[in-house]
Amino acid sequence: MAEHHTKIPWHRNPKVRSIFFQVALLAATVWVAATILGNTVENLEERGIRTGLGFMGGAAPFNVGFSPFIEYKLGESTYTDVFIIGVLNTMLVSVLGIVAATVLGFFIGVLRLSPNWLMAKIASAYIEIFRNVPLLLQIMFWNFAVFLPILPAPRQSWGLGATAFLNNRGLYLPSPIVESAAGVWLMVAAIAATIVGIIILRRWAHRRQNRTGQPFPVLRVALAAVVVVPVLAYFAGGQPFTLDFPFLDTFNFEGGMRIPTPLFALWFALTTYTASFIAEAVRGGILSVSHGQTEAAYALGLNRKRTLDLVIIPQAMRVIIPPTISQYLNLTKNSSLAVAIAYEELVNLWAGIALNQTGQALIIIAMTIAVYETLSLGTSAFLNWYNARRQLVER
Amino acid sequence: MNAAFTHKPAPDRPPPRISVGAVGWMRDNLFSSWMNTALTIVAVYILITLIPPFVQWALLDANWGGRDRSICDANKDGACWTFIKVRFLQIMFGLYYGANPDQVWRPVLAFALLIALAIPLFVESFPYKRYVSIGLLVVFPFVGYGLIHGQWFGLPVAETSQWGGFMLTFVLASVGIVCALPIGILLALGRRSNMPLVRTLSVSYIEFWRGTPLITILFMASVMLPLFFPAEVDFDKVARAMIGIALFQSAYTAEAIRGGLQAMPRGQFEGADAMGLKYWQSMRLIILPQALKISIPGIVNSFIELFKDTSLVAIIGLLDLLNMAQTASRSIEWKGYDIEAYLFAALLFWICCYGMSRYSQALERKLDTGHKH
Repeated sequence: MAEHHTKIPWHRNPKVRSIFFQVALLAATVWVAATILGNTVENLEERGIRTGLGFMGGAAPFNVGFSPFIEYKLGESTYTDVFIIGVLNTMLVSVLGIVAATVLGFFIGVLRLSPNWLMAKIASAYIEIFRNVPLLLQIMFWNFAVFLPILPAPRQSWGLGATAFLNNRGLYLPSPIVESAAGVWLMVAAIAATIVGIIILRRWAHRRQNRTGQPFPVLRVALAAVVVVPVLAYFAGGQPFTLDFPFLDTFNFEGGMRIPTPLFALWFALTTYTASFIAEAVRGGILSVSHGQTEAAYALGLNRKRTLDLVIIPQAMRVIIPPTISQYLNLTKNSSLAVAIAYEELVNLWAGIALNQTGQALIIIAMTIAVYETLSLGTSAFLNWYNARRQLVER
Repeated sequence: MNAAFTHKPAPDRPPPRISVGAVGWMRDNLFSSWMNTALTIVAVYILITLIPPFVQWALLDANWGGRDRSICDANKDGACWTFIKVRFLQIMFGLYYGANPDQVWRPVLAFALLIALAIPLFVESFPYKRYVSIGLLVVFPFVGYGLIHGQWFGLPVAETSQWGGFMLTFVLASVGIVCALPIGILLALGRRSNMPLVRTLSVSYIEFWRGTPLITILFMASVMLPLFFPAEVDFDKVARAMIGIALFQSAYTAEAIRGGLQAMPRGQFEGADAMGLKYWQSMRLIILPQALKISIPGIVNSFIELFKDTSLVAIIGLLDLLNMAQTASRSIEWKGYDIEAYLFAALLFWICCYGMSRYSQALERKLDTGHKH
């Protein structure tokens, strides 16, 4: 037989082809990026805008109405302050929304599986209505059609005693005034110590149960500690802060703190919308635990509550947590819709007002995107870590 | 033989009346325990506080007649559907067609053509799917654009800035998904490629678009896109939004298709290689037809999200369904009837999204061949 193996010509060699293709792709990518960047800089300069970070130090010529964390002074505060306020306000509404959506979502998800037919139907109607209507429409509906027209003028505010007031400018709550910084630090330290203590207690209880089979009521002890310790620390620290109550001046409220109506409407809409997705994740998670697990736990003599606590929930959480965290990220990204109802968060304040004022489109859009990308990459890094950790547990 | 000893069982007695029929069902599902009974009472209370007042307002007391707001102003207890009736064409087709009712046949005809072309694709036994798809994807966009925009065939021009309403929402979403599909396929293949650079670029591209909210991308498309190109190239607002939406959507489509590719058994890839097919041949003939089929539910789900998200173009000033309804409710003639406008827009969105999600669920059940478990 003749030797049929001939040497592969170099242009058919997969390695050579792969390297050639990748080099060509890299060149094309670099060329496209360079062209776009070059065009942008040229276009900006044509309009008399020198791209650079110089504007960040200049004073911003507009007012920022809602800045609960940093004091904003018109004419003094810089664009850097505006950016930071935007990021902080985005984080504020996201954290508030995440907490509320988790509670509501778990509640509705469990209700959806309730043995009560009527409740299960109501929960499923809730889910189908809220997740199939655009969030922007819901935000506008709550803000423009419900909260703004229904809430009364400041003089006719709805009050809860003399502590909290609700009117069309927002929700007024008492705000803490620090009397002694040392006392506040004492309280913070006490709360931190409580949290560490609870974690240690939990580990100890877990080990004791593994060794002796004796359960320890960690949850009840932890709840009691969370309530009692801050109160004790408050008095031990010599009452380090007092509350400043809002009161009605001639036309408007003074003192206390204000949650503006758009923030309230945005928070409400984000919560009810995201809860419908979390509820579906919760339902899927609970259904994913096979019924055999419940039966086996009953066969071992565990009662219904301990079956839920020790067998169903730990396994369901593995399925529930990843989609729920993605929903948290979605909620954070969706908070950018605040631009439609004028809540002053990152996109509204920075990519909207600041961009119009300065014309620094390149820098401002890049910074806005960078904030969201950081949050998103952080979330997916956490999810990958979580999934990898959980996969080891799986059979 | 001996009939006298044959055992004849008495007929079964009926089950207790309390455990069958409506009463039995209610005992099982509504009053099985104290907790359950309490939940039933709460549920009935919720329904009574929500449903009757809403029905009263939206249907029984509602105003349907007339051509202006006088009838609604006279009866403030009911919804003002007169407003929706008068502004219906505007909310569905935008400013131009709202002002020129005699031209409305154009978008209606385009939509009817689309439906007529699309339906055969959903019929399993239809033999000419390939030709219909080509007609739908290659010929129809030009016909549809020609009909809606005008200018060709001597039709009066409807500027894209005058497009709006449900029509614009639909056009944006469908152009988005159709343009995103090929890019998404390439990205999904790139993400699973053996070439490190291709993989890195695909992953960075996908994660970049998925990490940013659509509204930032729309801002970028409307503010930055003109800056990206030499000064003489110009896009109108609708085209800018379309480009932004298509790029955004391509990342999500890519992830849906990646799910399909990952669900494919390795044997299919190895079998294709063993047959001596080249990369693109094996993708085109073996892998993609199967992977795309598995990923249809995922693609439909991402399309539902896109359909809802197109409402964001309202923020960059396009008059889509949401913005058109809102604008109509803020006009001088109809000021104050914004609840009706939002509810009507919400109903349209809901019908579309709920219908698609039911379709996707049914498809998932049909495509689930039971190999997973």
